[in-house]
Amino acid sequence: MNESYYLSLLVFSPLLGIILLAFMSKDSEKSIKLLGFMATLPPAILALMAYVSRLMGKDLADFSERVRWIQFGNLPQMGEDFFTVYYELGIDGFSLLMIVLTAILSTLAAIASFHIKKEWKGYYMLFLLLEIGMLGVFTAQNLILFFVFFELTLIPMFFLIGKWGFFEKEKAAYSFLIYNGLGSAILLIVIMVLFARTGTTNIEALKILVNTANSDLITPLSDSVKYGLLIALLVAFGIKLPIFPLHSWMLRVHVEAPPSIVMLHSGILLKIGAYGLIRFGMGIFPEQFKELAVVLAVLGVINLLYGAFLAFIQKDFKMVLAYSSISHMGIVLIGLGALNQAGIQGAIFQVVSHGLISALLFFLVGVFYERTHTTDISKLGGMAKGMPIASGFLLAGAMASLGLPGMSGFVSEFMAFLGLFEEMPWLAAVGTLGIIMTAVYLLRAVLAITYGRADREFAGITDLRSYEWAPVLVLVGLIVLIGVYPAVLSEPLKSVLLGLGG
Amino acid sequence: MDLDKLLSFQWGMMTPEFLILGTATILAVLDLFMPKKMNRNILGFFGLAGIVAAIVSLTLLLGQDTASILHDTFRLDSFAKAFKLLLLGGAALVMLLAIDYKPKEGMEEYRGEFFYLFMTALLGAMMMSSSGDLITLFVGLELLSISSYILAGIRKKNTRSNESAMKYVINGGISTAITLFGMSYVYGITGTTNLREMAGLLSQIDNPQHVYILGLAFLMIFVGLSFKLASAPFHMWAPDVYEGAPTPVTAFLSVVSKTAGFVIMMRVILSVFAAVPSNDSDLPLLFSMQDYIGFLAGATMIIGNVIALRQRSIKRLFAYSSIAHAGYILVAFSAMSVVMFDSIWFYLLAYLFMNLGAFAIIQLMTMKEGTEDISHFAGLYRRSPLLAGAMAIFILSLAGIPGTAGFIGKLDIFLGALMVDPAHYVLVSIMIATTVVSYFYYFGILTQMFFRPAAHHEKIALQPGTVITVIICAAATVVFGIMPQLAFDFFNSNFNQFIDFLQ
Repeated sequence: MNESYYLSLLVFSPLLGIILLAFMSKDSEKSIKLLGFMATLPPAILALMAYVSRLMGKDLADFSERVRWIQFGNLPQMGEDFFTVYYELGIDGFSLLMIVLTAILSTLAAIASFHIKKEWKGYYMLFLLLEIGMLGVFTAQNLILFFVFFELTLIPMFFLIGKWGFFEKEKAAYSFLIYNGLGSAILLIVIMVLFARTGTTNIEALKILVNTANSDLITPLSDSVKYGLLIALLVAFGIKLPIFPLHSWMLRVHVEAPPSIVMLHSGILLKIGAYGLIRFGMGIFPEQFKELAVVLAVLGVINLLYGAFLAFIQKDFKMVLAYSSISHMGIVLIGLGALNQAGIQGAIFQVVSHGLISALLFFLVGVFYERTHTTDISKLGGMAKGMPIASGFLLAGAMASLGLPGMSGFVSEFMAFLGLFEEMPWLAAVGTLGIIMTAVYLLRAVLAITYGRADREFAGITDLRSYEWAPVLVLVGLIVLIGVYPAVLSEPLKSVLLGLGG
Repeated sequence: MDLDKLLSFQWGMMTPEFLILGTATILAVLDLFMPKKMNRNILGFFGLAGIVAAIVSLTLLLGQDTASILHDTFRLDSFAKAFKLLLLGGAALVMLLAIDYKPKEGMEEYRGEFFYLFMTALLGAMMMSSSGDLITLFVGLELLSISSYILAGIRKKNTRSNESAMKYVINGGISTAITLFGMSYVYGITGTTNLREMAGLLSQIDNPQHVYILGLAFLMIFVGLSFKLASAPFHMWAPDVYEGAPTPVTAFLSVVSKTAGFVIMMRVILSVFAAVPSNDSDLPLLFSMQDYIGFLAGATMIIGNVIALRQRSIKRLFAYSSIAHAGYILVAFSAMSVVMFDSIWFYLLAYLFMNLGAFAIIQLMTMKEGTEDISHFAGLYRRSPLLAGAMAIFILSLAGIPGTAGFIGKLDIFLGALMVDPAHYVLVSIMIATTVVSYFYYFGILTQMFFRPAAHHEKIALQPGTVITVIICAAATVVFGIMPQLAFDFFNSNFNQFIDFLQ
């Protein structure tokens, strides 16, 4: 295998599945589901191979690839690379982690998608397209390519929510589309301003060009423009993350989208916001980012508390998890706001860990819904009688989410707060309230589901089926692995953290 | 003038025009003498062959140096070549649609007329892109306009078609008058109609009063020409005319006629007003007019996209969408950056394919039905997944989603508007914000196609010409979206940045 095509192969391998699916009869349910699942395996295998080779000491820079793609304008006098957009893929430790996470969660979500009841062919084709988009986002080495992949996730999501979702699916699809459309519009302005001013969108080149005084720009970037751009980035990714008060779309998506898609949405797509903030916000505008750090930390604490308090009063378990996502994204912001090594590492850990935990919880939501056709907490009561194993895993997921030591949630929360206590102890002290609230709302909801009063018959309700074991075991296994041996994450991150000056 | 003199002109550079003119004449004569009962569709194919021959002859002319004949009234420079390619390509696809166009009440004896009027309209548009003189420019404009007026009303027994033609004539008349009034000032000051001589004389102007009048003339010409672009303030005709006119005519108006509008606008405004010194700065008058163009561009984008939200008729919706797209291109025009020509040309290229493709499907879906309500598209995905997929490509491209040509076109426009100093932040923000607004109605169509159940499951009768159009357009939209360098390389190697534009 030629190594210089490795990442392209990794990103576009789901395409093979799309093409094969296109030739299948739309009624052969079983084989479509099987093929849809198989198509997610090549990227997963390739991603794991990349991860293993990194652990064996391979330099990630070897994976980079770069081909000329578009040249805008024909200005030979300005130099060869001017206004040229390359098709360039590459990975560093952080993006490697995200790719592994994406590939694994996609495979598991493809299993969860066995619950889908109609039009499997279209579903899996869009699903695989979404996976290409997500993988591309984390490997793109320039802003325009990033944007292309970023938008590529938007379209399949719109259809997946709008067609296969629950009752108010079209409304949810629209609010997803418009909020994210606005977010990417703002992002596009930032990208184009940088492109028009510097003549490149390569992230590494921008880091140097923007931060060196008197660098060779077409028109200089004043400090106020830099601030403006960073704030615009904050809003753009803040919609995605989401940061309070830009979160309402995400609640609808969590509630209305099919659970298998929410696994990806809450597990990966929200994380693109965090990834963007770290990669572009912190990477390209480090000076300005430092000054906005307090704001980020405050927003993080607000997110944490707001999400936690509202999660406490929800009647629908999906809403509890939606607000819990908001609350947990607050921890990412807290870690970023701290802007020291512990904080940033905590934020990145939280990104990965919450991806796994929320995927687990939403997978179980899908499992419960499949059997009971409800996600209402009071109606779900007493599930431990009917589905003891699933309930056990639900409890384990909740424990991980509230930060039980020995599981991934604890490591990340601990580090993020450690970082913030070092910088802004008062704010951190307020934030710890959120941690307590997390325990309260999760236990309230989960205990009501597992041990609450049961007012239903459990006849005909089966516990986990064979294929449902795989996702829960893999996810719980990873959560525990990170909790017990965090070096699986911190090892690849070493060079990244040094680069970020943490 | 003796024969030798006449033969000494390089008539060869007018081959594409002669081919179109010849085809149009032959079609008219054939139509006259053909038996009444005979199927007129053969005329459509003949016209198509003429257009294709013109495209071939134009590609053979690509390598030729810039030259002009007939005392500079006809120029073959790279600008003319580049835009004639677009006009011819658009017209060829429209012709394919026209051949398949069979309205419910039939076309009766007007079918032949229908075809050759497209040819004459196209001839007008081509003359505009090649002319170096106000007279030929205006004659070209009128030839295009008058042919289009008749085309809009060609369904003579259909009241809405008549209404559309009537509104088109009246609006067109007013706007042409305004343009002509503006041109008369320029002529009055310079005493010539030749664009190049005008530019030369105007560059030496030193009377501030004259500059003031020229500013007025600029605005009048611009406003008058905005009729052809369907941009503010002369956009109101578009929805009514688009709705009433036969679908191929609508497609022609929204693509070929609009392209011609941009051609004449660049020809007149850039060659004449770029030379005028302005009263209060060192820059030419043109640059002090940027704000006005920018304002109209912003207004056009907002009007087009916001009013489109309320439309139920698919053709009215596309009318407003085409208004919005005119606004986007005006952004590139008002920025006047070094990539202006590339971005306008590329955007028009992308727009040609995505819009004609969409109109091909609209024609297929609405021709047999009495109304053009969006709900006709409900369940298209179930009835014909491939058509729905193609329509989705066109709509995503119109909405500017990456992976399609529309996205690259928008990117190029943004780049141009932001690279100049001072950057047009406001204009770019309006453009991006209105693009997000446009998601509402574009995705509304997608919602109908993919989410809603179909009213009936009757098979859609595919027609060969429409299918070919859809395939070409869909392929081009995707190819130029993923590998836009193909188009940019072609542009750069053949047209060399239009450096011969003013020579």
